[in-house]
Amino acid sequence: MSFGSLPEFFAMGGHGLYVWLSYGAALLVVFFNAAWVRFARRRYLREAADRMQRYPPAMRAAQETESGRL
Amino acid sequence: MNGGLATAKPGTLFIAQLRRELTSILRSLAEALNPLVFLFLAITLFALGAGGDPETLGAYAPAIIWVLVLLANQLSLEAMFRRDFEDGTLEQLLLLARPLFIPILAKVCAQWCVTGLAMTLLSPIAAMMLYLPLDALGVTMLTLLTGSPAITLIGAVGAALTVGLRRGGVLLALLVLPLFVPTLIFGAGAIMQAVAGMGTSAQIYWLMAISMLSLTIGPFAVQAALRISLEQ
Amino acid sequence: MTLKEFWHRLGSPRWFYQISGHFGWAFGALALGLLVIGTFWGLAVAPPDYQQGNSFRIIYVHVPSAILAQSAYMLMGAAGLVLLVWRMKLADMVLATTVPFGMSMTALALFTGAVWGKPTWGAWWVWDARTTSMLVLLFLYIGLYALRQAVPRQETAGRACAVLAVVGVVNIPIIKYSVDWWLTLHQGATFKLTESPSMPPEMWLPLLVNVLGFYCFFGANLVGRLRLEILRREHGTAWVQELMAGGRT
Repeated sequence: MSFGSLPEFFAMGGHGLYVWLSYGAALLVVFFNAAWVRFARRRYLREAADRMQRYPPAMRAAQETESGRL
Repeated sequence: MNGGLATAKPGTLFIAQLRRELTSILRSLAEALNPLVFLFLAITLFALGAGGDPETLGAYAPAIIWVLVLLANQLSLEAMFRRDFEDGTLEQLLLLARPLFIPILAKVCAQWCVTGLAMTLLSPIAAMMLYLPLDALGVTMLTLLTGSPAITLIGAVGAALTVGLRRGGVLLALLVLPLFVPTLIFGAGAIMQAVAGMGTSAQIYWLMAISMLSLTIGPFAVQAALRISLEQ
Repeated sequence: MTLKEFWHRLGSPRWFYQISGHFGWAFGALALGLLVIGTFWGLAVAPPDYQQGNSFRIIYVHVPSAILAQSAYMLMGAAGLVLLVWRMKLADMVLATTVPFGMSMTALALFTGAVWGKPTWGAWWVWDARTTSMLVLLFLYIGLYALRQAVPRQETAGRACAVLAVVGVVNIPIIKYSVDWWLTLHQGATFKLTESPSMPPEMWLPLLVNVLGFYCFFGANLVGRLRLEILRREHGTAWVQELMAGGRT
């Protein structure tokens, strides 16, 4: 262990602001990358399920070619 | 367009295409001169912005010249394939010409004549307007001469990628300007070294190397990019 | 399975979708473990640097993100080449899904570099060789993103991006070299952020753990993004329809 107590650990020898800012940013970036995949996937599946319910198969084919690029 | 495109010898093909390109440039000379006018206009603006102070301008002259040459080149790139794309000539060329990189090389060559080469020849005027020390004039021209082929070739790849797009202009700048970084660094760096009275051969060799690399890879990348752009 | 068979199977998004689910979770779990261990080790256990004190601990997020930013671009260059030569669908998906990840890593590397620069050099932004090449890399990423947005047809957009990615990969070493050279001209020997003389193992081991953790996270994230992209692009095919209807995605 490099630090004796918890406040010492948070202070980082006076460099606390810089260290925690960096680690905070890193956490945010990692979190958002992970969350985006989950979120986008869930939304896509929900939309796809909606499409399936709303349109009969024949219409669905037409609809899908229209919205080819999502 | 000459008829024997499919069967002509590479040399003949190159000359024919180059002649065609130069003729079409001469026909719309005003358009071809626009980048040069832009270059001098922007230099004037720089001088006005800096208050015309010889020392300030002289210190920044290498950077100003090179950055403006890059921007002027970049502005001229958008028109490089545009007209041929719109009137269908480009499509004919892609269908008929074998090997395709020869007419592409001719197009790049013509483009370089009206931008890189012209700017090299006019750079003494730019240097004087910006109070660049006269000792560095030769090096300035040499860096432009050796560096500008790379600019045109790299730029041609960007131009080929964006030719079919409606709002290609700003995108083209975004795509090619980062790729100009090494050319800018060695070009402006060499002039600064020359002003400081130091040797510049390393940078000149680097510029030549970058231009040679662009010359070997560029035409094929342009060819691939044009094929892709004309698919849509 | 021979390598050649594997290569051919990669051409099938369906096959990739079927095998990748477990890989994604494995990478994710591994990433979580490694990152927790590496970060704790780096933040609390590793000794402070004798010159920079505790601000040097930023290295454990700065270096991994910078490495990942470059690795992601290299992967895109490779994917671009594969797409241009073999027209593999999956390569285009890799090309499309790596851009946002790589861009975020580049931005993170720039941000942590700036934050680290403040206590070390006394300025948020210094035109240091690595920072500058990282900035150019960010512009390259933005260019790829913008190009894909601008080209209307998906397949065309993919191949245009492939050309740009390959050209970019060829240029990156030249850009790096030129920027390095530019610095030796403009400023004397500043001491570099990440090159403290002979780093002891208790300092570089957590770094290694975190770099591996970031790579695993990249793997997990890429698999997740690819699986979604496959569902989107292949939504018209029978197997995706079947998968969706059965609710077994």
